[in-house]
Amino acid sequence: MKIFLKIWRQETREAKGEMKNYVLDDVTEDMSFLSMLDLLNEKLIAAGERVVEFDHDCREGICGQCGVMINGQAHGPLPHVTTCQLHMRSFNNGDTIYVEPFRAKSFPVIRDLKIDRSSFDRMIQAGGYISASTGQAPEANSIPISHKTAEAAFDSAACIGCGACVATCKNSSAALFVSAKITHLVLLPQGKIEADERVRKMIAQMNEEGFGHCSNTEACEVECPQQISVLNIARMNWEFNKGGFL
Amino acid sequence: MKSTQIQKILMALTGFFLCIFLVIHLLGNLQLLLPAEKAKTSFNWYSHFLSGNILIKIIEILLFVSVAAHIVYALILTLNAKKANGQKYVYDRRGTASKWYSRNMGMLGSLILLFLIIHLKDFWYQYKFTDLPIDEQGYKDLYSIVIEAYRQWWYVLIYLAGIVALGFHLLHGFFSAARTLGVYNPKYVKGFRIFGWLYTGIITAGFMIIPVYIHLTII
Amino acid sequence: MDAKIPAGPLSEKWSNYKSHARLVNPANRKKMSVIVVGTGLAGASAAASLAEQGYKIKSFCFQDAARRAHSVAAQGGVNACKNYKNDGDSIYRMFYDTIKGGDFRSREANVYRLAECSASLIDQSVAQGVPFAREYGGYLNNRSFGGVQVSRTFYARGQTGQQLLLGAYQALMRQVNTGRVSLHTRHEMLDLIVIDGKAKGILARNLETGEIERHAADAVILATGGYGKIYYLSTLAMGCNASAIWRAHKKGAYMAGVSWIQIHPTCLPQSGEHQSKLTLMSESLRNDGRIWVPLKADDNRNPNDIPENERDYYLERRYPAFGNLAPRDISSRAAKERIDTGHGVGVMKNAVCLDFSKAIKEQGEKVIEEKYGNLFSMYEKITGINAYKQPMLISPAAHFTMGGLWVDYTLMTNIPGLFALGEANFSDHGANRLGANSLLQACVDGYFIAPYTIPDYLAGELKAEKITTDHPAFDEAEKKAKQQLNNFLSVKGKLSADYFHKTLGKLLYDKCGLARNKKGLEEAIEEIRNLQQQFYRELNITGDDKVNTELEKAGRLADYLELAELMCEDALSREESCGAHFREEFQTPEGEAIRNDKDFCYVSAWEWNGADQPHILHKEPLLFESVELTVRSYK
Repeated sequence: MKIFLKIWRQETREAKGEMKNYVLDDVTEDMSFLSMLDLLNEKLIAAGERVVEFDHDCREGICGQCGVMINGQAHGPLPHVTTCQLHMRSFNNGDTIYVEPFRAKSFPVIRDLKIDRSSFDRMIQAGGYISASTGQAPEANSIPISHKTAEAAFDSAACIGCGACVATCKNSSAALFVSAKITHLVLLPQGKIEADERVRKMIAQMNEEGFGHCSNTEACEVECPQQISVLNIARMNWEFNKGGFL
Repeated sequence: MKSTQIQKILMALTGFFLCIFLVIHLLGNLQLLLPAEKAKTSFNWYSHFLSGNILIKIIEILLFVSVAAHIVYALILTLNAKKANGQKYVYDRRGTASKWYSRNMGMLGSLILLFLIIHLKDFWYQYKFTDLPIDEQGYKDLYSIVIEAYRQWWYVLIYLAGIVALGFHLLHGFFSAARTLGVYNPKYVKGFRIFGWLYTGIITAGFMIIPVYIHLTII
Repeated sequence: MDAKIPAGPLSEKWSNYKSHARLVNPANRKKMSVIVVGTGLAGASAAASLAEQGYKIKSFCFQDAARRAHSVAAQGGVNACKNYKNDGDSIYRMFYDTIKGGDFRSREANVYRLAECSASLIDQSVAQGVPFAREYGGYLNNRSFGGVQVSRTFYARGQTGQQLLLGAYQALMRQVNTGRVSLHTRHEMLDLIVIDGKAKGILARNLETGEIERHAADAVILATGGYGKIYYLSTLAMGCNASAIWRAHKKGAYMAGVSWIQIHPTCLPQSGEHQSKLTLMSESLRNDGRIWVPLKADDNRNPNDIPENERDYYLERRYPAFGNLAPRDISSRAAKERIDTGHGVGVMKNAVCLDFSKAIKEQGEKVIEEKYGNLFSMYEKITGINAYKQPMLISPAAHFTMGGLWVDYTLMTNIPGLFALGEANFSDHGANRLGANSLLQACVDGYFIAPYTIPDYLAGELKAEKITTDHPAFDEAEKKAKQQLNNFLSVKGKLSADYFHKTLGKLLYDKCGLARNKKGLEEAIEEIRNLQQQFYRELNITGDDKVNTELEKAGRLADYLELAELMCEDALSREESCGAHFREEFQTPEGEAIRNDKDFCYVSAWEWNGADQPHILHKEPLLFESVELTVRSYK
């Protein structure tokens, strides 16, 4: 099928970017969205032009490195999939597709569709862990954890850190990402001990990084490839209020 | 207070406080639905009672402070979010993932503010700072001012529009405030959501019935 | 070839080593620095553990964040002989299963240590907050996996790798916060710096600015994963590469078991020429799915239209005892044999059917949905086909490299100060890896082995002269690296890096993949050399020397092209069939592998001898004292 592309091209962090037009004639339905971009890049190389830079790695939806805005929606039109799991059968012959990077002040564009998400790392560095050094661990079964708790912790821990939540949020809030980690760890007995300090430090870092506030529109949950629940945000708020404010 | 997290909590707390006020305000206004003579006596007495009570004066100040804080923090958060957004999307369909009124709380809030200004100017300001006719009991006759206002169909429309904006603002605001304060247990979340719907329904319906009923009965 | 295996009985070797390993005084630790390349399970766990001890760590990865390394994609689980099910598991049993699974081509002492440390890994992960599956009583659950008779596989739904990696990543981030680890994401190692025979640093390229950076240290750890992506179509991530280990190899480190690459039987087939990735479908599907191909070659009918008596359930036919559950290497090979003889199905005739109709009839669609619902929906997402109504199409794909840098018992390569951890080394899996052992090995290397063996090495380096980055060895390496990059940019040919990668991959899959033979391997070597020449003549890299994916690809491909030749060389020299290495000349009339313990019971460790020079083969004999060598039979 024939696809018209409008893709964001930007040379450097500082440079001004713009949308550029491309046309692909030989797209097939079974192609993944990223294979389609590969095909475009093959053509650009043949024409001696610089390729469209985009982030990707595992291409099976788990590494969290891919992610672009496709027709104004994070990871494209399907709910709960990453960009790499989107296939061209979701589009029609003759469609025009807008491709832009995830945008937020805390996600600066490096080049084209590649962005810098190191702010996520810094928020984890601020406290997104249990302070258990290697060699300190007691026998695993000495900490019984109910089936329900373990499953709930898993639901929060499943976050892949792609940043779609920020990209789709009207306030560019990182609340879903931060709260998923806070909830994962606070649910487990091992993680409760540092809970107050963790939530305080991670939220402080979230502010420091310049993310916006959460206004509970719940768009993040809809776009999240792992369907991380917005109730994680409520849990984070509770932990924050309990720990210091209230 | 630089933390958006704390600013959000203040938004939630002031919002909830204003929600409580709305209930009391509605209960008072329901007197307008009484038979005309009875309504007049009752309503004017009520208005007089409110204006003379020291406790009510304190609450009045609190209300103004809450409204102001709600607006100021909304502005701060909105400006901060604008900064956080950075470059705009060329093609933006993010709206498909959420409800329109949840994304437009600022716009709805501005409409409410506009309505509030009209509302205060027409009733509160007149009552407090102008010489109104006196009724049989010797109280200021706010009742007749209200009836007179609702006689105009366009005034009723403005009023209804204001209430509709308020309704959508409440629909999102009530449950969003509960989230911000940390209601995370799915059972309570559901409870708050249902309560929020009921609350919004009753408040908006109540405030809308009054002008419509008066307008129609007068004609 | 001295593997430096400690003295004493098998079960006491590791304790003996730990009791006698040298230590570094806590006050001296912050003066010692270690470079860790790779932030997967092995890299992140080693970096965090060493930082906790007080060493200064520099951590590198090519991804945009340390959390994205391909360990994240492992689905199944991680083995540990906790014996929680009271089903007779023990360190010895796990050791034996692993060494037998590896077709007796791994070191006894290493494998025993792997089993010995496995239990502590579960403790460590739970302490970090890994949400492993739990029973209703609150205790850890586990399951049986990959044909072993005991339950020793711990799991976190189908995302065990992700959860273990996040545990290690968070431990690493905690150390970044203390300032003991400096994190360098979007950096690619270009060369190893060897000074006076010891590893003393690396040269790395900042993938954003293009700047070439020099980093000196007292020891270097390579935890850069496997190179299965050499086949282009594989279950690996797009960025997985051999460059770090290959460049270390060219600086003198030996490569071992190079051609031992596991091909996973249940992956989604290639559906078009532009495909870049073959997604793994969990092996558990084979518990209820029946594998078949049309009896008639070149049958173009829709699988559902082929009647029962015209179907060939070849695994059930050939391996009646194990049937559809035959081990990975055997079922992959059997599939390839059917596909090659023209019985393949699908658009590209490159797949076999995995049919659930019998299971659905017997157990009901609901039960099947409960068991595999997520896999069926994943299948539909990718292929658009409803597998409840039609058989799934699956095909084998390159998955895991048992081979890698040769290391001794301490995980140090033959270059002093250069360590290789996780999939990047060759050590524990022999010629074939058992399911759920890869996460284990990566973690055990990083959490429990390197934290003893690296201080032992560093203790001897305390008095050594500190190297600075203005050492001539850095100048020389930088000059060479720049030259190579400029070279790529200036060829200005007609063909993209991907073209060469795809061509190389196809060639290797055909001739050095599931089955190999002398003639094919010799042809392959010839073709690889031609491809290599063509690569340097006709490569086309557009763009600049800053952010440039194509330039990154070119560097990785240059290494793959050299490695591919060694793979074939390795496969050619090993005239036996063992594990993943199946030489067609060495099989029984029924098509089963013939292992030759008399002549080939050794590890082939290859030494780089300069470009255009043949590699030098070193043999490390494998001595089996605790187990008896038996034939792996699944008839």
